[in-house]
Amino acid sequence: MSVNYGSHRTVVGAHYGMRDWLSQRVTAVVLATFVVLVLAQVIFSKGPVSYELWSGIFSAQWMKTLTFVVFLSLFYHVWVGMRNIFMDYVKPYAVRFVMHVFAILWLAGCTGWAIQVLWRL
Amino acid sequence: MSETATSTSTNRPEFRNIDGASLISYRWPLASLASGMHRVSGAIMFFLLPFVIWMFDTSISSEISFARFKAAFNIGMLGIPGFLWKLVALGLIWAILHHFIAGMRHLWMDTHHHHVTKDFGRQTAALVIVLTLSLTVVLGAKLFGLY
Repeated sequence: MSVNYGSHRTVVGAHYGMRDWLSQRVTAVVLATFVVLVLAQVIFSKGPVSYELWSGIFSAQWMKTLTFVVFLSLFYHVWVGMRNIFMDYVKPYAVRFVMHVFAILWLAGCTGWAIQVLWRL
Repeated sequence: MSETATSTSTNRPEFRNIDGASLISYRWPLASLASGMHRVSGAIMFFLLPFVIWMFDTSISSEISFARFKAAFNIGMLGIPGFLWKLVALGLIWAILHHFIAGMRHLWMDTHHHHVTKDFGRQTAALVIVLTLSLTVVLGAKLFGLY
């Protein structure tokens, strides 16, 4: 990569387009894999879904670790998506700024709650 | 310089990114409908995220909370009857189905962009919408205890 600091620092454009575009797709694959993994265990079980079956899915250590990674992926995926929506439809910078801040706080709060639930299992 | 640029560009059609107001007057071919609904479904899930985590929390924390989770949908919660909570859940089911299936379409298009044509875009968009609505009906019937 070329020098991007000091007097050579790029000051125009966002330059995070590719990074966010790619990370939204990578996180999408992580999220989709997780959904399929959880759904499969529910669908291929017999009878009504009991508490034992449901909590059993998340009891294994690898599943807890994966779920944690999924929460972080979800956070970033939703942030990129919501920011895209706000950038396209909300033109006044002040309103957009407030919505961006709201989205970050909302997502941070939700992610924290989700991790809290996961880590006390 | 800027004056000349302004005077020559007055007759040219101006293409800007759409804003909220133009959403209504916009033409909605199938591919853009699938794309628009991808955004709508994503936004719905963003705003219902606390409800999703509440479901995760109550359904998994203990057997008592699991019973509370089921009661919210069968009886009701916060003075709101159970079937309305089921409707919210049905909205979430549609949203995740659409976002998931339309997302698969996007991933396929990203990795096979040299095969993507206008017709392919329209046909797969129709497939996404039909598949999503069918699965929503099937799961909705299950949710409301029709089978």
